[in-house]
Amino acid sequence: MKITKEEVLQVAGLARLDLDAAAVDRMGTQIGQVLGYIDQLNAVETGGVPPTSHTLSLTNAFREDEPAGHLDRELVLSNAPEADDGDFIVPKVIQG
Amino acid sequence: MTLHALTIQEARALLRKKEISAVELTRAVMARIHELEEKVGAFITLCESSAMAQAREADRRIASGDIPPLAGIPIAVKDVLCTRGIRTTCGSKILENFIPPYDATVIRRLREAGAVIVGKTNMDEFAMGSSTEYSAFKTTRNPWDFTRISGGSSGGSAAAVAADMCLGAIGSDTGGSVRQPASHCGVVGMKPTYGRVSRFGLVAFASSLDQVGPLTKCVYDNALLLQVLGGHDPKDSTSAPEGVPDYSQALGADLKGIPIGVPREYRSLEGMEESVSQAVSKAIETMEGLGARCVEVSLPHTPYAVAAYYVIAPSEASSNLARYDGVKYGFRAPGVGDLGKMYRKTRSKGFGPEVQRRILIGTYCLSAGYYDAYYKKASQVRTLIIRDFKKAFEKCRMLLSPVAPTPAFPIGEKVEDPLTMYLSDVFTLSANLAGIPGISIPCGFSGEGLPIGLQLMGNHFEEAMLYRAAFCFEEATAFHLKKPPL
Repeated sequence: MKITKEEVLQVAGLARLDLDAAAVDRMGTQIGQVLGYIDQLNAVETGGVPPTSHTLSLTNAFREDEPAGHLDRELVLSNAPEADDGDFIVPKVIQG
Repeated sequence: MTLHALTIQEARALLRKKEISAVELTRAVMARIHELEEKVGAFITLCESSAMAQAREADRRIASGDIPPLAGIPIAVKDVLCTRGIRTTCGSKILENFIPPYDATVIRRLREAGAVIVGKTNMDEFAMGSSTEYSAFKTTRNPWDFTRISGGSSGGSAAAVAADMCLGAIGSDTGGSVRQPASHCGVVGMKPTYGRVSRFGLVAFASSLDQVGPLTKCVYDNALLLQVLGGHDPKDSTSAPEGVPDYSQALGADLKGIPIGVPREYRSLEGMEESVSQAVSKAIETMEGLGARCVEVSLPHTPYAVAAYYVIAPSEASSNLARYDGVKYGFRAPGVGDLGKMYRKTRSKGFGPEVQRRILIGTYCLSAGYYDAYYKKASQVRTLIIRDFKKAFEKCRMLLSPVAPTPAFPIGEKVEDPLTMYLSDVFTLSANLAGIPGISIPCGFSGEGLPIGLQLMGNHFEEAMLYRAAFCFEEATAFHLKKPPL
C-alpha cells in the first residue's frame, strides 16, 4: 500500500508535525508498509462483534465527589518553558 | 560477599539479621553501577544522594524493628514513571528537563515499602520500541553480549537486573516491553493483569494496553515486588478493585495434574529460530516431568494480533501524545513567534522518528472516515482474540509459549525496518490485547550463549498460578543461576 505525499502532509498537519521533504518520502513508504500489513484485518469477519475498550469490562468507576489536595501552583508552573504571575505564557494568539 | 549479586530474598534475610546494612548494600550496588554503566548504558539518571538517604532511613527502620517489606532494597525504575523531584524523561528529548511535581502511585508504594531507588533506567522513547535503540539518549547493551540489544522498551531495567546494577527493577509493558527484555537478558519479568497495578504517574503510551510490572533475578523476588506494586488506586479509575492475594502462598505448591496449553498457532511461526523452539520444547518436557499435563490448544486469531495491535497502540499514542505542545512542561522550540508554528516546531524537534511514525499512523487511523475501518475494526478483532483466550482457558490453567522468536538481535539490525521490529512482538502483544498476565522466565541459551525466555500466560488475575508454575520450573532448572560474563 502506498500513501501519497499529500496524505502524509495532511496527517502531519492534523498531528502538528512538520516534516521535511525527505521525511515525507520516508514516512510515506514506511507508513504505507504498516498500513498494508494492517489491511489483513479486513479478512476477519467481525459482523455483530462488539469492540473492546477495557479488557475487564469495568465501566463507570464512580467515586464520591469530595475535595482533596492538589498540586502547588508554583511547583507545577516551575516546569513550564515560560510562565509569569501564575500563568503559562504562550506566543501571541490574537493579532493586532 | 559480593553484595550486588544478592537476590532480594537473600538481601532481606541478611538485612533483618543485621549481617549487612542497607547503606553497605546501596554502596555496593552504586559501585557496581559505576563499574559497568559505561559499557551497559542501563541508566538515564542516577539518584546517588537520595538513594543513600533512603538507605540510611531503611537502616533506622530495621534497627527499630518496624521493617517494611522492601526496607533497604536497591531498585531501579524505568524512566517512564514519575518520580517527585527526580527528572523523568521517558527516553525523549521532549521531556529531557521534566521534573515531576508528584510521585507515580507505584513509586509511592515502593517508597512506603522502604525501597531504595538507585536510578531511572533507559528505554525506547515513550516505550515505543523493542531494543532501546529509539531512546533519545543511548542504546542499552545486552550484558551477555555488548554488540546486541538488551530488548525493549524496558531494556535498561532488564540489563540493570542482569548485570547486578540493582536487586530488582520496575518496567512497563504495552506489547511485551517487560517480558521481551527480560527474556533477552535472562531475568524474570511479569506483565500483570490490566488494572492490577495503578497507572497513575505512568507516562501514557497506549492507555488500554499499558501495565507496570517487575523485573527480577528470580521468581520469588518478582512475586514480592508485585505484592508491593499491586492493588486498587482511587487515582486510576481503570485499576481493578479486586484485592491482591498473598503471592508467596503460591510458591512451593506443585504442578501435579495442572493442564498447560500449548497454542498450535505459535508453533508454525515464520522466522522462529531453532534454538528458541528447542528450548521451549525442552521446557514442555520439564513441565510434564513436574506433573503438569501439556495439551494442545488453538488461538485461531493469532495471525491478526500484530495488525490489531499496530492500529490500537499507535491510535491511543497519537491521542495521548497530543499533550506535548511546549506549553505546560517539557521542551519548547525557541524563537517561534506564532502559536501554531510553535506547536509544530516543538513536536517535530522534540519527538524522535519512531514516535513521529506512530503518531502519524495513529492519526491516520483515527482521522475522519477511517475510524470504522481501522480503530473500530481492530477493537472488534481484539474481542475475538479475547474470546480465543477465554476458550483456551476452559481447557487449561495457563498457556506456554516462547517470549520472542529469536534471542537478542545485533544492535542496528532492525532499526531502519519498523515492520520487522513490530513482528518480533508476536508472542507477547496478545496478552496486552486480552489484558491477561504473562511472565517471562529463563529457559535456555542459544548456541552463542544468549538467554532464551519462556512465557506463561494466565487468565485475568491468575498471577499466583503463573508464579507457582514459574517457581516450580525455576527449582527444577538452573538457567536463572547463570550470570553474564562481565
